[in-house]
Amino acid sequence: MSNYSLQAINLNKTFGRRLIFKDLNFKIEENGITGISGANGSGKSTLVKILAGVNSPTSGKVIHIENGKEILPEKLHNYIGFVSPYLVLYEEFSAWENLTHFAKIRGVKFNNEKIEYLLNQFLLFDRRNDYVKTYSSGMKQRLKFIFALMHSPKLIILDEPTSNLDAEGKDSVYKIIDEESKSGIVIIASNEKSDLALCSKEIKLEEFKNHK
Amino acid sequence: MSSKAYALYKKDLNSELRTRYAVNSLVMFIIVAISVILFSIGNEKITQSLTSGLFWVVIFFSAMSGLSRAFVAEEERGTSLTLHLIASPSTVFSGKLIFNLILVFCMNTIVAVLFSILFEAFIIRNFALFAVAFVFGNIGLAVASTIIAAIISKAGAKGTLYPVLSFPILLPLILTCVQLTLLSNQGADFEAAKFELAIVFCYDVIMLTGSYMLFDFVWKD
Repeated sequence: MSNYSLQAINLNKTFGRRLIFKDLNFKIEENGITGISGANGSGKSTLVKILAGVNSPTSGKVIHIENGKEILPEKLHNYIGFVSPYLVLYEEFSAWENLTHFAKIRGVKFNNEKIEYLLNQFLLFDRRNDYVKTYSSGMKQRLKFIFALMHSPKLIILDEPTSNLDAEGKDSVYKIIDEESKSGIVIIASNEKSDLALCSKEIKLEEFKNHK
Repeated sequence: MSSKAYALYKKDLNSELRTRYAVNSLVMFIIVAISVILFSIGNEKITQSLTSGLFWVVIFFSAMSGLSRAFVAEEERGTSLTLHLIASPSTVFSGKLIFNLILVFCMNTIVAVLFSILFEAFIIRNFALFAVAFVFGNIGLAVASTIIAAIISKAGAKGTLYPVLSFPILLPLILTCVQLTLLSNQGADFEAAKFELAIVFCYDVIMLTGSYMLFDFVWKD
């Protein structure tokens, strides 16, 4: 049993008249990996953004609880690590500068040891002082993992975590996901079989399209 | 919250120093606008009331050319989501507001100095009154511009929408500041300007309160 839990209650999302999902209910209480699957355009990214508190559902709500207390929406960002292909870091800064700014803006201590460990894990240590705009797409994706993990979040949300990654990058990611799932909740939204194979539980969005 | 907002301001400042998104357009606009006014006036003598009006016209359009960058640049580069994930809405608004406040004060100080040098009719006789009007006017301008920038950053036609949406919101402030600048140029005392000062003060308080209340809804999709 984790001291952190996440509950989605009657989530509905529509864009105009287009239904994305309806009557979506689930609760995640245990540490581990939960998958969200669905075809392209099925609403995986929309759902993870709602879970992260970035977007609002059309109706229903998401509750994040830590030690029995509901986390206030304005404090939620400190509990969540988020990786996605559409997440963009500041290209005019180096990786190190990005991470320093993020720690200060979050109001958390910049943990040198942890950052250096993560930079080594994701094979970016030697390029840490280079501008992000000089990075390849795979390197940017790896940097997003460091961004997501640097503040030791309780909930890690990964939207297509292995996109743009080579075999070596995927191995690093799978190793980290495995490590993090032991101490927190990990949610993976993906269509990749190798990503979903890590999950102990799966939410299939196609089942929430016309549910009565 | 204030140290986080300051950290966000520092991030924006460092970003601005590297990319020059706002500063270049602001400086160019100020130079072009003042040059056009000088060329169009020629040898004509213009009145104090016209100079006060022109002063705030330059400030208004300079603000329109630069202050929207606070949010538009984040949206255009796709870094809005990153900001969502590292800061609360109030931190984001405060950080952007600090940046715009400092930008507005620097920009408008340059405009005021240039007007004092280049326009004969722009002589500040009551400096204290001008300073108070300048400070309150700039705060109102920065607050209103920041919340409007947040609103239009989500829209399609950002460039057009910004001055169009700003005009009715900033009109009461600009009109009052024109009047206060004229009074300070004429050497009027605070007693004569108390009504206008009350308006700009109330405007700032209302805009600041309204903006903080509204920003949560604007920021979250």
